[in-house]
Amino acid sequence: MRAQVRAWRAAVPPWVGRVGPAVLLALAIVFPFFFGVADDTMNTATLAMAYIVMALGLNIVVGFAGLLDLGYLAFYAIGSYCVGWFGSGFYADANIHVLATKFAGTLPGIHFWWVIIALIAIVFCAIAGVIIGLPTLRLRGDYIAIVTLGFGEIIRVFALNGDTLKIGDYALTNGRQGISAVDAIGFPGATPFSQLNLRPWYWVALGMVVITLFVNFRVRDSRLGRAWIAVREDEVAAAAMGVPLVRTKLLAYALGAGLGGMSGAFLGSYLTNITSDSFLFSFSIYVLAMVILGGLGSIWGVVVGAIALTYINYELLPNQLNNLPHQLFDLDFQLTDVQFAIFGGLLVIMMVLRPEGLLPERRRQLELEHGIGAGDAIAHEMEMEHP
Amino acid sequence: MSDDALLEAAAVSKVFGGLVAVSDVTFDIPRRSIVSIIGPNGAGKTTFFNMLTGLYKPSAGRIWFDGRDITRTRPDQITHLGISRTFQNIRLWATMTATENVMVGQHTRMRAGLPGALLRPPRFVPLSLPLPLRRVNVEEEDARAKARETLEYVGLRAGQLDQLAVNLSYGDQRRVEIARALASDPKLLLLDEPTAGMNPQESDNLKTFMQRLRDERDLTILLIEHDMKVVMGVSERVTVFDHGEKIAEGEPAAVRADPRVVEAYLGKQG
Repeated sequence: MRAQVRAWRAAVPPWVGRVGPAVLLALAIVFPFFFGVADDTMNTATLAMAYIVMALGLNIVVGFAGLLDLGYLAFYAIGSYCVGWFGSGFYADANIHVLATKFAGTLPGIHFWWVIIALIAIVFCAIAGVIIGLPTLRLRGDYIAIVTLGFGEIIRVFALNGDTLKIGDYALTNGRQGISAVDAIGFPGATPFSQLNLRPWYWVALGMVVITLFVNFRVRDSRLGRAWIAVREDEVAAAAMGVPLVRTKLLAYALGAGLGGMSGAFLGSYLTNITSDSFLFSFSIYVLAMVILGGLGSIWGVVVGAIALTYINYELLPNQLNNLPHQLFDLDFQLTDVQFAIFGGLLVIMMVLRPEGLLPERRRQLELEHGIGAGDAIAHEMEMEHP
Repeated sequence: MSDDALLEAAAVSKVFGGLVAVSDVTFDIPRRSIVSIIGPNGAGKTTFFNMLTGLYKPSAGRIWFDGRDITRTRPDQITHLGISRTFQNIRLWATMTATENVMVGQHTRMRAGLPGALLRPPRFVPLSLPLPLRRVNVEEEDARAKARETLEYVGLRAGQLDQLAVNLSYGDQRRVEIARALASDPKLLLLDEPTAGMNPQESDNLKTFMQRLRDERDLTILLIEHDMKVVMGVSERVTVFDHGEKIAEGEPAAVRADPRVVEAYLGKQG
């Protein structure tokens, strides 16, 4: 089967690689015209775009640099809270308006243009990514996962209890209750996007996907991208050949986090309520599952993985198959109740049948076949004393 | 320190827990020389190597390179200063092509960072256009060309340059490792048992190649080696390690005749 896939890949003429993305992009742009302006499909498609950005961001950390990050929800949370902080009436005493939309410009609170908020979110998350990355620099493999998991939980607990964390009268978050009535995305001075027409939201998300894809491809085929692969496969050799480990790893964390923050800022605005209940550990796993399902390190694979899991999560399970247990076996539960069991099962099946993912990356596939595992096996024989 | 030594180690020791791997070794490498370290397995040769390249920090003692104290310098900074190495057990990045491996070897001589990677104009834009960050764009192409040139210099055939390292033969992997080490334009090249696994013919070729490197590239070479024929044939000076200590040093013939060296290798006689 693998040989077949390879033969099939080799048979694809080279122009497909150049024309294919342009055709895909054109299809993605006209996609909304085939559906209602605010139906479930548009909602799912918009979320899928946001999740592609998340998954591609995580792919830089996990797929390119080989740093297993289980705390990715931190950047979703921080990105979303940036919208709460800089684009809502949450801090009603402060009256700051910067390029706000027509509607938000008249409201009390801090109201920035969403693009500025997204940039702030990217910067905040990149800084947070570096802070989370720092303690993991001396660690390898599973231990990185444990530390990042812990950081993710810290952010979650901060989000939950942030309503009691006050500087003067200004609370950090609004806890479970959530910061609601956040500004919608829109252009300065114009009417903001509405929940009754999802098309503009979708196109903004699509724009983020294009930017993210560009960043992913460019970085992968650069001096930095090569350094990441070197660090992933053999950290000791990389250091000995002149790759500064600290800077290289932190850049991966920062870039991955920045993209997560951008998507978080979008989701914060799109979902209109920024509550601590959205920021759960399962989110990190959910995004990681997209990356693994698609193929670690494979850019197009991760796009496919993100679309597939978003579709399963927001459309297939709740809208199509939800009553299946009842209809088929007269059982008293719905599929959405067990969705994480289904994701878990999917991952197990993937690991057994196709551990390299749906659209595997060439290198990762080789690493699996030849047992080159993130440098761990080799690295343990010679631990470095410099971080 | 004296001016004619490229590298100097003064009373360097390395202790792992209770094990003294290298004990109080003083050592220097004259510029443009080929010197060797020999010794039985476990004598501390590779540990000493790892201290010179910054992978280990010495427990005691100091190391100078080209007039600078590098005792506590990070490995990548040491590479930047001009020390490069190969490994005893080949440590290429297996899923990268030979060319890509050597391009990573140039990491420290390149400058493109994140902005450079993002703003690089696409391939079809001619390099002659006066675009911002043009340097980065040129640099990438230059690095590729230089990698290929270096690989051909160490004796890879043109058809092998874009093969994955994992698919190359053992001898060719050794060559790629040397090319990768040369890619950072080192002043000092450290070779850790480069002839391991080679047949006599290949070892002989490597011997000539090392002399060529020294003469054509103005390199200083430090060699760890088991193959006595190679060591005796190529080295100007041989240092013998045993149980972490330097037990002898001098010209190859003198060292070979030294009773302590014979004892270290063959055991005490009578």
